[in-house]
Amino acid sequence: MLGLLGKKLGQTRIYDEKGILSSVTVVLVGPNRVLQCKTQESDGYNAVQLGFDDQKEQRLTKPLLGHIKKQNGAAVKRIREFRDFSLSVKPGDVIGATVFAKGDFIDAIGITKGRGFEGVMKRHNFRGGDASHGAKGWRRRPGAIGQRLFPGTVMRGQRMPGHMGQVQRTTQNLEILQVREADNLLLIKGAIPGAKGDYVVIREAKKNRKGSAKPAAKVEPKAEAKKK
Amino acid sequence: MNQALLDKIESEQYRKNPITFAVGDSVKVHTKVVEGDKERIQIFSGVVIGRRGHGMNSTFTVRRISYGEGVERIFPVHSPRVEKVEVERKGAVRRAKLTYLRKRLGKGATLVKEKEGRNTEAAAK
Repeated sequence: MLGLLGKKLGQTRIYDEKGILSSVTVVLVGPNRVLQCKTQESDGYNAVQLGFDDQKEQRLTKPLLGHIKKQNGAAVKRIREFRDFSLSVKPGDVIGATVFAKGDFIDAIGITKGRGFEGVMKRHNFRGGDASHGAKGWRRRPGAIGQRLFPGTVMRGQRMPGHMGQVQRTTQNLEILQVREADNLLLIKGAIPGAKGDYVVIREAKKNRKGSAKPAAKVEPKAEAKKK
Repeated sequence: MNQALLDKIESEQYRKNPITFAVGDSVKVHTKVVEGDKERIQIFSGVVIGRRGHGMNSTFTVRRISYGEGVERIFPVHSPRVEKVEVERKGAVRRAKLTYLRKRLGKGATLVKEKEGRNTEAAAK
């Protein structure tokens, strides 16, 4: 399971070699510092611990700083472990965008934008009431929330207004359209959770693995044929 | 600095041979069309009736009368599929958006620059 910590920079659009325009999310994914390599023998499982984004040393707790200093690393803001990292790295290494290649599929994990207290129309896509035909004061309401004396209670899980957003969400199977080594950027097709400047985790797609039959593999031969 | 990186990505997409024309011009837009494995150039000629957007998002609209029916096509300025834009005739207009042309037929839809004579759109084709 390959993965990187990153920061969402924003969205733009790019043309591919065929002239097709697609919207992309630009993610800064480096430098990622390898802080620790856990192994079966020492920790009971295999994992790689990555740190991302520079931080002042005084802002870290001393135990954490000690852990980082052990590997001669620089202070970082975000730390995350990736199990069974398929790239061989050692503590102190700095990795970046080149972990992934164009055409790879990834999952993006981020914290969605907070929406505050929202009604059922925005939060659960209820349709609300009529806008006209004499409707008054009943345009965005949820409607009935239960039955009668039996069961006499509102069912658990009934969707109601409440706090929306600012929760962790994963968007699966997004294609990488460009890897820009110089700036440590990944250009990922489509949208990913979070606001600009939010931290995101980019990891190898869980469900659409490399090498499996997928659109990218089918498209390539065609592109070559065109060049001839 | 983040915006700078995004701008950099966008500016790389800009076309290498900038196209120059003004609203009101009669133009020939050469577009690449892919049919199966072959690629050919298709020409759409008409009057530019507006431009919009900035940078990557800028587009322009070309209007022509085709078999008596008004047809408008919107082209992204920076699309690699737009090969080139030939200006056939300059138009003298006083608007940025020529939506009033939609209501006009025949001679009324003429755009003339001084000393260029009065040619209808149909004749310009």
